Amino acid sequence: MRAEARLVAEADGRGGTRLSTVYGEPPLLPRRTGHHQNPTAAEVHLVGGAAGPLGGDDLRIDITVAPGAHLVVRTIAASLAQPSHPPAPSTLTITAKVGTGATLDWLPEPTVAVAGCDHLSRSIVDLADGATLRWREELVAGRHAEPPGDLRLETTVRYAGRTILRHDLAIGPRAKGWHAMLGRAAGTLLLVGPEAATAEPKIINRMPLANGPAALISATGPDARTVRTALDEGAANTRAHDPDAKPGNWRKG
Amino acid sequence: MSLSTLLVLADGRLPAGAHAHSGGVEAAVAAGRIHDLPTLESFLVGRTSTSGTAAAAFAAASCRALTTRPVPHARSGDIEAAPLDRARLTALDNGARSAARVESLTDHRGALRDDSVRPAERITALDDGIDARTASPALRAASRAQGRALLRAVARIWPAAVNPAGPNPHHPIATGIAAAAAGLGPREAALTAVYGGLTGAASAAVRLLGLDPYTVHALIARLAPECDRVAADAAARADDPVDDLPAGSAILLDLDAERHATWEVRLFAS
Amino acid sequence: MRPDKRAVRIGIGGPVGSGKTALVAALCRALATELRLAVVTNDIYTTEDADFLRRAGVLPDDRIRAVETGCCPHTAIRDDISANLDAVEELEERLGALDLILVESGGDNLTATFSKGLVDHQIFVVDVAGGDKVPRKGGPGVTTADLLVINKTDLAPLVGADLGVMARDAQARRGDLPTVFLSLVGEPGAAPVADWVRDRVAEPASTPRHHEPTPAHTHGP
Repeated sequence: MRAEARLVAEADGRGGTRLSTVYGEPPLLPRRTGHHQNPTAAEVHLVGGAAGPLGGDDLRIDITVAPGAHLVVRTIAASLAQPSHPPAPSTLTITAKVGTGATLDWLPEPTVAVAGCDHLSRSIVDLADGATLRWREELVAGRHAEPPGDLRLETTVRYAGRTILRHDLAIGPRAKGWHAMLGRAAGTLLLVGPEAATAEPKIINRMPLANGPAALISATGPDARTVRTALDEGAANTRAHDPDAKPGNWRKG
Repeated sequence: MSLSTLLVLADGRLPAGAHAHSGGVEAAVAAGRIHDLPTLESFLVGRTSTSGTAAAAFAAASCRALTTRPVPHARSGDIEAAPLDRARLTALDNGARSAARVESLTDHRGALRDDSVRPAERITALDDGIDARTASPALRAASRAQGRALLRAVARIWPAAVNPAGPNPHHPIATGIAAAAAGLGPREAALTAVYGGLTGAASAAVRLLGLDPYTVHALIARLAPECDRVAADAAARADDPVDDLPAGSAILLDLDAERHATWEVRLFAS
Repeated sequence: MRPDKRAVRIGIGGPVGSGKTALVAALCRALATELRLAVVTNDIYTTEDADFLRRAGVLPDDRIRAVETGCCPHTAIRDDISANLDAVEELEERLGALDLILVESGGDNLTATFSKGLVDHQIFVVDVAGGDKVPRKGGPGVTTADLLVINKTDLAPLVGADLGVMARDAQARRGDLPTVFLSLVGEPGAAPVADWVRDRVAEPASTPRHHEPTPAHTHGP
């Protein structure tokens, strides 16, 4: 299945954010939701995430946050990357552009690599000088006691044209030795912006990056709950701390 | 390409500081994740497919940036990459539209590289690319310390080495510079990087755990074909844009390195 | 004092427990007011020797650098000296001109010696408690060091060591090379070794002590 979703957020001129485009095709169904703690931000939940991706899917999400706007994107449940019959790879391509003075919070629930899946998720984020970002990625190796299929998250984040983070998180049969490098569940939360670079006190899993005002919080563990807790602890005392986040509040399929 | 020169560069006894780095093994041993041969094998396989593969790719790309491309119409038997000599590099630095420049900017199909930049700029971009792939400040520092140590050796062994990277490049960049200086090509640079990472970590495990050196070397021998495969792939991608080069992340290596750097007592620098 | 030359580098090696760190501390105390000096320590437990020197109050923290040796202290001073050269250069860059850098090896065995690529002179420290046969055993440290220090002479009666035998064996092994008997618990303490070090710093270099070429950094010719 091919499907596309587009989100465009703009400053409304009154200190808030207006969603000028909220478009999606099944299974990518964006829904506007409130963001009561932060009246300046617009919030969108992707509600179809739990159904897939399935083998053969080619999904695209395109996000634009115009200068001065603040967009929060979440999913309502973990994504289950699942195989198809006959087997075919699935892909999800996420592109995001964030303008000067704009903020994007991409805080989806984890992706679970179901046995036999073959899923690639590629994210390319372009941040203007002065943009702010929270970008969370979490993956889980299989449902309970299940050997994972191939799941690969490829991420490129550029700030003012310079690549500040480039990493691939991969689990499954093709990612040789993955369990010794990532553990059964793993995640990262990238913080970009002036506060990310100066956050104190030093927390061991919050690592300042070399090429921009950014820090990467990393965690591994036996399950998604452990990873989320560690990511939230890494983000504690920063703007990146997510008051809405409910540690481990995700549903298994 | 001289096989014996490759052995010189890849020799664990090359005085380039490798003996003081465990490739994350010291921290993984302390965390209890490496305690015997099977756990060491998992670690080495995982490390090779993540940071080892990235190191190989960047070593190959750095070497390629400093060596000429194979010329299809060159006299037969002379298609190995040759070191870029100083005069040519100067010409490149001056932006001269010399044959060397055109040659260096085109791949073997004659197509322009999509990042058509001078060698020095390509090396800088590659060094930046390793920074973008290395979240842990401790690992970045360890990589640059090893790069510096390798360049110290290179400057004495191959005095004509061309280094546009400054004194403290990342280790894979220094490996590419070393290979180019030694007259080797991208594949050999990549092989040196991935094999050195493998044997360095394995040797640290022998020293820290008292593992039987024969069984550990048998493991290295089993993994050697994987090093060949990684190196061949790295060489094939040596002209790719930096963002397209391998970027396998090993979160446990990052977190271990950060903890290791805070230890009051450690036997290895990283 | 040495405006046109780099610092004299003196290596201090010897077996575990022979008193290398105590000797370094004593030398720092004796020389710190007259020489611009710094210390690189290779102890296997990285921070412990440095902490000992700090606690002794003989050198400010920023004049001491620790080097990790990956469980191979002899490799770091002999076969692959790059980490030590980095440490020496870093001290010289950070502190400006220095007269003397002491490079203390990690505790090792009788075969460990310093590379001439790392140090200009070396002192080998053994102690009487290790047995009065040590000089007779020889080994590169005892035989070739520029100065052999036989330490802890105050313990000789307690361990039944015959200093006369040690002196005779040392001379047989070392020929004209000097040997010093030392006890750091009383007077004159490290004075004989400090005097020897002063002479090394003051003497003209027998071979030019050029700065190591730092890692290559060229933009072409």
